[in-house]
Amino acid sequence: MSAVAISEVLRDPRVWQGPRHAQATVEPTGHVHLDADLPGGGLPIGALVEVLHEFDGTNELTLLLPLIARTSRTQRRIVFVNPPYIPYAPAFVAAGVDPSCLHTIKDCGDESLWAAEQCLRSSTCALVACWPRQANDRQLRRLQLAAEGGRAIGVLFRPARLSVATSPAAVRLRAGSKGIEVLKCRGGNARAHAIPLSSTARC
Amino acid sequence: MQWAAILLPDLALDAVRRSGADPAAPIALIEGPPQRRTIHSCTRSAAHAGIRPGQSLAAARALLPVLIAMPDDPKRTEGLRDLLVAWAYGYSSDVAWLGDDALVLEVGGSLGLFGPWPDFERRLRADLTQLGVTHRIALAPLPRAACVFAGCRDGFGASSDVAMRQALRRVPLSLARLLDVSLLASMGLRTVGEVLDLPRAGLARRCSEVFVEALDRILGNIPDPLPRYRPPDRFEARIEFDAELRSMEGLQFPLKRLICDLCLFLCARDGGVEDIEIGFEHDERAPTAITLRSPAPERDAAQWFSMVRLRLERLQLPAPVSGVRLLADSLPPFVPVARNLFDVASTAALTWPQLVARLEARLGDGAVRTFYPAADHRPEAAYTTDASASARIITGPRPVWLLSKPIPLRDRAPRIVAGPERIESGWWDGREASRDYYVLETSVGQRAWAFRPAGAQDGPWLLHGWFA
Repeated sequence: MSAVAISEVLRDPRVWQGPRHAQATVEPTGHVHLDADLPGGGLPIGALVEVLHEFDGTNELTLLLPLIARTSRTQRRIVFVNPPYIPYAPAFVAAGVDPSCLHTIKDCGDESLWAAEQCLRSSTCALVACWPRQANDRQLRRLQLAAEGGRAIGVLFRPARLSVATSPAAVRLRAGSKGIEVLKCRGGNARAHAIPLSSTARC
Repeated sequence: MQWAAILLPDLALDAVRRSGADPAAPIALIEGPPQRRTIHSCTRSAAHAGIRPGQSLAAARALLPVLIAMPDDPKRTEGLRDLLVAWAYGYSSDVAWLGDDALVLEVGGSLGLFGPWPDFERRLRADLTQLGVTHRIALAPLPRAACVFAGCRDGFGASSDVAMRQALRRVPLSLARLLDVSLLASMGLRTVGEVLDLPRAGLARRCSEVFVEALDRILGNIPDPLPRYRPPDRFEARIEFDAELRSMEGLQFPLKRLICDLCLFLCARDGGVEDIEIGFEHDERAPTAITLRSPAPERDAAQWFSMVRLRLERLQLPAPVSGVRLLADSLPPFVPVARNLFDVASTAALTWPQLVARLEARLGDGAVRTFYPAADHRPEAAYTTDASASARIITGPRPVWLLSKPIPLRDRAPRIVAGPERIESGWWDGREASRDYYVLETSVGQRAWAFRPAGAQDGPWLLHGWFA
């Protein structure tokens, strides 16, 4: 019997590796040009993503819509924690989202970080989007750990003036009317140009 | 059917002994008015000294000066009876009381699980010994016959009808429970068999119809419905503190004990609970009550306790607490969550209902909402939290963010991207809307959804949503 290297055995397509198949390490955003610029081709699972934007209504949610739609169609849950406005169900349905998987925790103010942490840690939510009133470095690290523990994507929406501050988030994006700018991505190079999103997803 | 009868001759004394008394000590339970106390029952060591039920306490004290006399407390005995019947329910679904001191349970259906009768019997005896209860056990195809056998010979078993009838005939009248035999003994009758040989009509005339019926029930000649035991549909427990508690931390331990008791109770009846009510009792003040709600029936003690703790963090108690009570009124069936075998979820994983319960325990009921589209053209009425009312109508472009109330758009010169879309609806419910909606782009590049009153060509824009 000849010796076989373990790496060769694992390459055999008949060998099924449970954990590795169960966990894809990234979730594509669904925007082709943006995915091409992100390492691995999407947002990392089990990590924190920061979306910085100056004004409301400048692509910040369009960025996530294809991901939300795909997640909801596989019956995984998405939670919006302390969103600034009402998530308008007809628009989400028109974008292909199953509304029964999109939940909103409204008006939780100072409790929003606690609620986001619980959702991230629980392992029942695939995506947790949070609009915190304010968050310091320590709190962000807590969220990062919770996202790792629950293997969820945590998205924080924060004002654009914080783009100069440091952050433990794995990916930092800036949303604007021209498109999305990648400020930071773990394991890749940030590009200093805005990537336009497909305009059809905007409505 | 096979019925086991468990005779509990010393229930009142067992209840005393269970509450921590030395089992070897001579104890007597006393009853009657203070001037004339008489012995109700006594332990074996007291009986050895010559103490008998019915004696006066003074006479008993003269016989045995070290006798410990305790008042007979029916409530304490009742508590033990409740415990025993709940215990027996764990072995059979057909459990009933025959009189005050005999428990009968149908064991024919349970033999497959608990082994053949000798093993089953050993198991029952081991449990009862551990519970500290004096007992006699017998088996028969009929409950009352089993009860009679248990009174005559501990451990007797008759498996067939024929064997049961033969054995019943040999039962001495002096030991026949469930029968009033005072008249028969004076007639020179010794055993049940001799009574059965008498002509029935004459027997009914001499004794009474009631006696003949009782005899027939033992033999199974007439139907004998027994009131079956049903486990209680509510749980209530209370802990009273020696001293008033001021700190929330101190409250956690008694609450944990109450919740553990509740969850054990739920496991035994294979149920869960959706609402629990916790009352904090104060001296000279109405109790503070809080209700905790779980979206699905739950019986995990750790889950409930973490919800209680979250609620306690927010709770302001008006006064120190002298006691807590826990009440669970409706106990629906429990359906465990099915998990995928290959789930790599961490140990801290919660199910969605558990997560919602935890969030709502801290943020308030209804904190977690799910919006569905509703069939209405007015934007403010086109969403609902009621999944059953969910319906969708095809419309023009709609923004993902909706303002709960339209506000004036602050931009001076927005560019019109699309529109107008006339929405005119709602004349039937008093909230009529008549607007022209436009998609606008503001000077900083935001995409807004704003309207003007229907037909207006200029005037201020009212912002109603963002195409974020």
